[in-house]
Amino acid sequence: MFISSSRGLTALAALALALTAACAPADSDGGSGSDSTADAAKAATSLSDCKPADLPLLTSGTFTIATDDPAFEPWFVDNDPTNGKGFEGAVAYAVADKLGFAKDDVTWVKAGFNQAVQAGTKSFDVDINQFSITADRAKAVDFSSPYYSAAQAIITLKDSSFAGATTLADLKDAKLGAQVATTSLEAIKQIAPSSDPLVYDDTTKAAQALQNGQVDAVVADLPSAYYLTSAELDGATIVGQFQPTTGESEKFGLLLAKDSALTPCVSLAVDALADDGTLAALEKEWLTQATDVPELK
Amino acid sequence: MTSPAGAGVSRRQLERDAYRRRRARSRAAVAVVSTLVVLGGLAVVVLQSPGWDRVRQTYFDVGDAKAVLPDVAEAFWLNIRLFLVAEVLILVVAITVAIIRVVPSPALAPVKLLAVVYTDVFRGTPTILVVFLIGFGVPALDLAGTPTSLFWLGVIALTLCYGAYVAEVLRAGILSVHPTQWASGRALGLSYAQTMRHIVLPQAVRRVTPPLLNDFVSLQKDTALLSIIGLVEALRVAQVDAGRTFAFTGYVVAACFFIVATIPLARLTDYLTVRSLRRENGI
Repeated sequence: MFISSSRGLTALAALALALTAACAPADSDGGSGSDSTADAAKAATSLSDCKPADLPLLTSGTFTIATDDPAFEPWFVDNDPTNGKGFEGAVAYAVADKLGFAKDDVTWVKAGFNQAVQAGTKSFDVDINQFSITADRAKAVDFSSPYYSAAQAIITLKDSSFAGATTLADLKDAKLGAQVATTSLEAIKQIAPSSDPLVYDDTTKAAQALQNGQVDAVVADLPSAYYLTSAELDGATIVGQFQPTTGESEKFGLLLAKDSALTPCVSLAVDALADDGTLAALEKEWLTQATDVPELK
Repeated sequence: MTSPAGAGVSRRQLERDAYRRRRARSRAAVAVVSTLVVLGGLAVVVLQSPGWDRVRQTYFDVGDAKAVLPDVAEAFWLNIRLFLVAEVLILVVAITVAIIRVVPSPALAPVKLLAVVYTDVFRGTPTILVVFLIGFGVPALDLAGTPTSLFWLGVIALTLCYGAYVAEVLRAGILSVHPTQWASGRALGLSYAQTMRHIVLPQAVRRVTPPLLNDFVSLQKDTALLSIIGLVEALRVAQVDAGRTFAFTGYVVAACFFIVATIPLARLTDYLTVRSLRRENGI
């Protein structure tokens, strides 16, 4: 096949042009209201500046909230965020309510961990999925004010020799497992175990390994630990809890796109819920059992 | 196609040579210009995009890469060990299964049936499920004598999956050897086993070397799947780092290790392909 050089060149130039046009960056003003509303929401200093009409939403009039699938207890109940049950389900609707959304104005979408933290545009207004707030993460995404502070817990089998541990030092010789990309994995350094921890995609797989005897104990945040021992594992127990010292103690915040104009309003709503005692009440309602677990020194 | 210089060349031939030189030059020029236009255009589009800075910080940050490099390198050694051990076992399993499937002996019928079921099942099952079943399921059986080391459980899972693929590749190779080769071997007084060993297998293996190495390149990458049962290999280390920093540079660093490890295999494949073409076609 021989194309004469000039015709070949023209075709290539046309192709390059087409490519450039197809890949040209989309204008950023689509879909999220006019720039003036975004600026108003961004400068919000009180909840009265945050009415649904003023907010630069993904879909106007609708508050789009994301979480992972499946959504586990005690954060959600029956893997159905729309029922408003479970701690995060209830907090999400309380935040929406503070911002002036009716229950029907809230839409839920599914977003996995990596999807939520990817650079670029988001498919949600906010994501509530036990995201720990860290300074490093805050470089890539926005966080609201924290709605929960979690301790770390040690889970083991009831017949394990580590079930009677009363201090972190008692766990030094245990083979430990934790979920990747969690504060739990970082917190293992406080125990300074004699062998490297095993790392799992999620706590369900770590729990499998615990049941198989591949790890002696699993480190997870306290609410997940409660769920694991009550629902997923047979014959498992929470040995105790401890506050992680690496960095700040773990706090969960709602996740938003980096520099989202919604962040100030969502934070104001969370702050208001903390001030009026709603968060404490919801925590008591959905995470009460957390108080029975002894502290490991 | 060099033209001998000197008086013996006709005018027509000289014109022809001159034309060919001109054409070669203009083709080279077009290739250079088109490469510059297309790759340059792509580079401009990517580098000028409004999100490029964020993408660069997330995926291509030199500082992050340096920080994560020692950990990834150390973990990649585990990938290499997994790959090397699994590769040997896979070849053993695959040759056994392939030979069982082609041997015509009727007494072997039950074993042949097992071999067929094995290749069908393990080629059709997603590798990730096999890894789960072996990594979590076998220890859960709580049988004495089953391996407990995650390394060996991982190797077994990969061997089972890839053994089925490679067995089919080898079987195709054996079947592609012309029947006259068998007949000649037997006519020379060789037994069936001797014919297989000295006449057929050498030709078969040579013929399927490229697809075989293709499978092994793929195996190298699939060692990363073993992270799901708790093995902390290169990609998992990158993931741990990404979870800590929300930056994905660690993945790119791990990818570089995988690429660097597969390039020698790819070049070897190319070389063997060319060599076998040359030998078989007498070029």
